Amino acid sequence: MPALEVEGLARHFGEREALSGVSLTLAERQTLVVFGPNGAGKSTLLRILATLLRPHAGSVKVLGSSLPDEAWAARGRLGLLGHEPLLYRELTAQENLRFHARLHDVGEERVAEALEAVAISTRAAEPLRNLSRGMVQRVAVARAVLHEPELLLLDEPYSNLDPAAIELVEPLIGPSCGRTRVICSHDPGGGLAEADAVLGLRNGRVALAANANEVQPSQIAELYR
Amino acid sequence: MRRTVAALLRKELLVELRTLESVPGMSLFAVTTFVVFHFALNRNSVDGDLAAGILWVTLLFAAILGINRLFVADADQGGFDAFLLAPVDRSAMLIAKALTLMAYLLAFEIVAVPAFGLLLLGPSLGAAMPDLLLVLLLGDLGVAVIGTLVAALAVQTRARDLLGPLLALPLLVPIVIGGARASSPLLALGHPTAVPGRWLLTLGLYDLVFGLIAYALFDFLLED
Amino acid sequence: MYGKGLRALSIATVAAFAVAFGLVFFYAPLDAEQGFLQKIFYLHVPLAIIALCGFVIGGLLAIQHLRTRDSRWDMRSYVAIHMSLIFAVATLITGSIWAKGSWGHWWAWDEPTLVSFLIVFLLYATYQPLRFAIEDPERQSRYASVFAITAGAFVPMNFIAVRLSTAYLHPRVLGSTSNLPGSMGLTFVVCLIAMALLYATLYKYELTAKHTRSQVRALRRKLIGETGMAPRPRSAAPTLHPTSTPATSTAAGASR
Repeated sequence: MPALEVEGLARHFGEREALSGVSLTLAERQTLVVFGPNGAGKSTLLRILATLLRPHAGSVKVLGSSLPDEAWAARGRLGLLGHEPLLYRELTAQENLRFHARLHDVGEERVAEALEAVAISTRAAEPLRNLSRGMVQRVAVARAVLHEPELLLLDEPYSNLDPAAIELVEPLIGPSCGRTRVICSHDPGGGLAEADAVLGLRNGRVALAANANEVQPSQIAELYR
Repeated sequence: MRRTVAALLRKELLVELRTLESVPGMSLFAVTTFVVFHFALNRNSVDGDLAAGILWVTLLFAAILGINRLFVADADQGGFDAFLLAPVDRSAMLIAKALTLMAYLLAFEIVAVPAFGLLLLGPSLGAAMPDLLLVLLLGDLGVAVIGTLVAALAVQTRARDLLGPLLALPLLVPIVIGGARASSPLLALGHPTAVPGRWLLTLGLYDLVFGLIAYALFDFLLED
Repeated sequence: MYGKGLRALSIATVAAFAVAFGLVFFYAPLDAEQGFLQKIFYLHVPLAIIALCGFVIGGLLAIQHLRTRDSRWDMRSYVAIHMSLIFAVATLITGSIWAKGSWGHWWAWDEPTLVSFLIVFLLYATYQPLRFAIEDPERQSRYASVFAITAGAFVPMNFIAVRLSTAYLHPRVLGSTSNLPGSMGLTFVVCLIAMALLYATLYKYELTAKHTRSQVRALRRKLIGETGMAPRPRSAAPTLHPTSTPATSTAAGASR
């Protein structure tokens, strides 16, 4: 069963069409990388797949559940890492993760494991506003994978992370994590290397859709022209 | 559901304890307002209708402070998204937030009501006591429910600090009516008389109706 | 498509008002206590009733919007509340005039109906600022609907609460129909009908105007293309999504 099945997806904001006629399929454990200039609709697409936005037309099936009617079934099985860390600055890393663990009905041991995995354990008891942006991003990664999601939705996940940190989070959200991934990326080289399938968006429409091995970097550069 | 509400409540109270944004402010505001009333009315003590009115107006405006801050942390720090991504019943947020606001109201009233008794009230507060508690409880319930609904409406708009009070005040007028009319005989000079039952009934009914409405409509405010 | 029946409705409204005024000035008896001023009752009370009904209807239309997610329901709800607000202002003004004439002051706290009405008016006066403060059109419609439903439920509850709290002094002209002598009753009913027709006509006018404007924009978008269009300025009025207007839905894909 494919992880994602999208057919003719459309979403508008008032009179503006943010997405129109978007179709894609993604098999399990594959990585889809979405390219496109700012405003192309990448974040909108990601939020729809995350069940945070309703599709206005077309059909969307995430992990076998069709949106928006069966969104609740998909919710616990996907993880989102967007531009916002979705964490409370006044609480500590540990308190934040514990809160998410309770929301997702995940055991306390997972919290300690996750903190360990992103190497924040030593500073887990400090309020997040004391931590640097890179560290907060690492806690955000921990939050996104805390409940062992089958599908990861990542919006430029490596921004704010230094190379050491990127190496650190690789087993969690990188190509070897074994989960289905959808990544929004601005990095043609790096993005292409990680991808099994590529989607290029421009003005809310699909300008490029192919398997990664059939795509040239120049085609991706075209999108941004 | 209960587990989700509990998790949300723990988070709310943790954040409040860490930042102390709401309850101390509401308490201080109430006490200061009593002082302002003393000067504005040029009275050393009040009783009956006047006392009830001052008490409820002050409680109302202090509550507005709490209402304004209720969803701010969630709106600014992505708390809505985090909650929406979880496989939980979304009404849990309404219940948790209303309970939180109720807790804030009760907490600041622990300071404000005795302060009122000390600073402005003529007759003894103790004589009014168990009945006044009941009236306050019913009134607070209504404020909590309507406050949560209005706070959720206002927080994601541009003029959130202005719209919150503008929306809340008319909706809370019946609570002020019920609360003040019910408290007035309790705070009367001479010996306090019992609360007319119909005001308790009015307050209770209002709470129930808007509780149900809030429960039915809240989900629409969260989703996109 | 939306303008159908507008002319007939307008004519009916004018006719109803003509009959109503005729009855008010020549048929209805002069009130013993208040004299000629009492006749403003034929204007004031229908205005109040229609305004309140309009608010509640706005709430019902909002329920439909939340159920179907169709922006047309939101437009209907918006226009209903918008119109009712105008009628409410008229109610307060005529009520004030009546109060001044009857009791000597422009405002009277003692009478619960006027007070309740003021509170309801203050609440609905926040409807448009609320809408204007939300930029995302979908969210604006949704939040406005939530507000309309809450406020719609508030209207009856508010009247009950305020009436309970004050001594009842509002002129008892509508206590029961047996109170009104036949001629006054008839005049009143005719005025009520005329007011309802006025509301319906104005409602239809505004709805038609908004839909037409939306269709014009959709056509311009097809001709000029997305890039040529000036972005729609921020507005409290709902945005009708182009494909929800029947005339353009079939042609929507043609210009791609």
